[in-house]
Amino acid sequence: MSDKEELRKARDAWDEKTAKAMARFPERKAKFVTGSDAPVNRLYTPLDLSDQDYIKDLGMPGEFPFTRGVQSTMYRGRLWTMRQYAGFGTAEESNARYRYLLAQGQTGLSVAFDLPTQIGYDSDHALAAGEVGKVGVAIDSLEDMETLFSSIPLDKVSTSMTINAPAAVLLAMYIAVAEKQGVPAKALEGTIQNDILKEYVARGTYIFPPEPSMRLITDIFAYCSAEVPNWNTISISGYHIREAGATAVQEVAFTLADGIAYVDAAIKAGLDVDEFGPRLSFFFNAHNDLFEEVAKFRAARRVWAHIMRDRFHAKNPKSLMLRFHTQTGGSTLTAQQPKNNVVRVAIQALAAVLGGTQSLHTNSMDEALALPSEESVKLALRTQQILAYESGIAETVDPLAGSYYVESLTSSIEKGVNAYLDRIDAMGGAVKAIEQGFIQQEIQDSAYAWQMDMERGDRVVVGLNKFQAKEEPPKGLLRVDPLVGERQIAKLKALKARRDNAAVDAALARLKVAAQGTDNLMPPILDAVKAYGTLGEICDVLRGVFGEYSPSVMF
Amino acid sequence: MDRKIRVVVAKPGLDGHDRGAKVIARALRDAGMEVIYTGLRQTPEQIVDTALQEDADVIALSILSGAHNHLFPRVTELLAEKGVDDILVFGGGVIPEEDIPFLKSKGIAEIFGPGTPTQVTVDFIKTNVKRK
Repeated sequence: MSDKEELRKARDAWDEKTAKAMARFPERKAKFVTGSDAPVNRLYTPLDLSDQDYIKDLGMPGEFPFTRGVQSTMYRGRLWTMRQYAGFGTAEESNARYRYLLAQGQTGLSVAFDLPTQIGYDSDHALAAGEVGKVGVAIDSLEDMETLFSSIPLDKVSTSMTINAPAAVLLAMYIAVAEKQGVPAKALEGTIQNDILKEYVARGTYIFPPEPSMRLITDIFAYCSAEVPNWNTISISGYHIREAGATAVQEVAFTLADGIAYVDAAIKAGLDVDEFGPRLSFFFNAHNDLFEEVAKFRAARRVWAHIMRDRFHAKNPKSLMLRFHTQTGGSTLTAQQPKNNVVRVAIQALAAVLGGTQSLHTNSMDEALALPSEESVKLALRTQQILAYESGIAETVDPLAGSYYVESLTSSIEKGVNAYLDRIDAMGGAVKAIEQGFIQQEIQDSAYAWQMDMERGDRVVVGLNKFQAKEEPPKGLLRVDPLVGERQIAKLKALKARRDNAAVDAALARLKVAAQGTDNLMPPILDAVKAYGTLGEICDVLRGVFGEYSPSVMF
Repeated sequence: MDRKIRVVVAKPGLDGHDRGAKVIARALRDAGMEVIYTGLRQTPEQIVDTALQEDADVIALSILSGAHNHLFPRVTELLAEKGVDDILVFGGGVIPEEDIPFLKSKGIAEIFGPGTPTQVTVDFIKTNVKRK
């Protein structure tokens, strides 16, 4: 009898015995599911992995298909980058927070911009009223950016900027600040999010329609591959898709579908996949279902490696590697009993590290209530440091590999993702699927199903629909100074009075001509930024040429 | 037959977080109400115009960006300027407890924080809608 037959026999016998026992001692629930509602079996054995081929499906770390991680030594070589997303109020306040975080041992910066900045409006725009400095720092011009990075040597830190529609402008400002510090663009390391497609489906900070938006993105790819070679030119993001309600499978599927659309667009723009492919990066969420999340990261790497090799014929191994940042799941945090969030974040961070993340943001316990206080950010960072230095999980590569359950989940997520990718391909790709509302509808259906499960009590959220307790509202929440808006407007006015307005006008006129033609937009944007043209002025020129995106509203 | 309760679910300001607004919109529709969802980036003026055009009984506002103290009261002020006093206005989102008294003093009938069951919102509307 072969090992497999023997195993099958043993399994059958066990199933029979267990069924008998269960007649007397039934299980807790009729149906067991993951956090994303995928079925979970009672037991996993080697039988569940009988079609797995170790070399083909897992491979060695740092080798195709990168299921086990993108580096051969993973965290034995270097720990993940601990990168807390931060920014609020004015550039002065945010600069102080960054210096605090660096002093606490954080290893990279992650800039949160306020909504007017993210949507390309100056702080004095009518639509900016009430929003200036609220969810991030307000940046109107190069002057604010100089303040934001004051006393932070840009050749020593890597900086991630959550900026999408106006990413070219903020990147230009960063390059210009570096130049003033004497740091050449070639030495800069960091990331711009620059992922417009998920803005249309899940995050909402779009400006321009898809076509010119894709051009801005591919212009950045082309410019950076020559001028800022160590910059991650895009962070293709599933984070917000998951936050909007998607399942783990949908998170990966829609993110990789967006990734395919960017690669297609860049190839169509005449770029070589192995020139820009190594600079593509990804951004995922980490929710509470530990094993499902670990499997998700492993599956994402495997699927992307196949896409890059088989669909786009990338040759450079670096083009095949899915490198990603993770943030723990904001939507899993509860406003009720907020200290419980510390535990959720720890589990989610554990999943991210066991899943092989390259960098990590851990949410703070008070984020369902307000922007995080300094105290709660420190605790979130300490959570990462405890995982890194005390838990032992960073001492070997991909420690959950070979778990019958985790490997089964990895394969089932891979299958689910590929099924979605086939459907999206049949629709003509991610841009078409978004225009038809398919992706949005899928996410909304999952969000609603989750909410109803929770309200029926089928899904327990501790402190929310079970184990509730009366409690005092938390104290010491961070409040953004309501006068930030006025201060920004005053700075803007002073800048416009002081700068060489003729030079600004000339730079903006050159940008307009470039936008109407096909030249790369980065050089004229950089010129306009250096002349202290404002973000709003630059985006207004582009709005005039490109028009604005108008979404179809559905729920 | 009774007229269905008409609700405008609106996202004032620049905030793009609309998971909650969409879930509420759907739950209210499933509870038998007529729901109009405005989509993102609405000014208070646009929201009030939509509510009047749609003959809405209720305006449900959602903000997670922190701009609530600025934008919510603008909606009730504009309604008052137009002499409208029979539309129920309430809000939800990431809103600190200490801001609620101010918002209520400005005519926002209730504030629902994260984790509120949709049924609570449905019941609240049915109990408090001003036009019967």
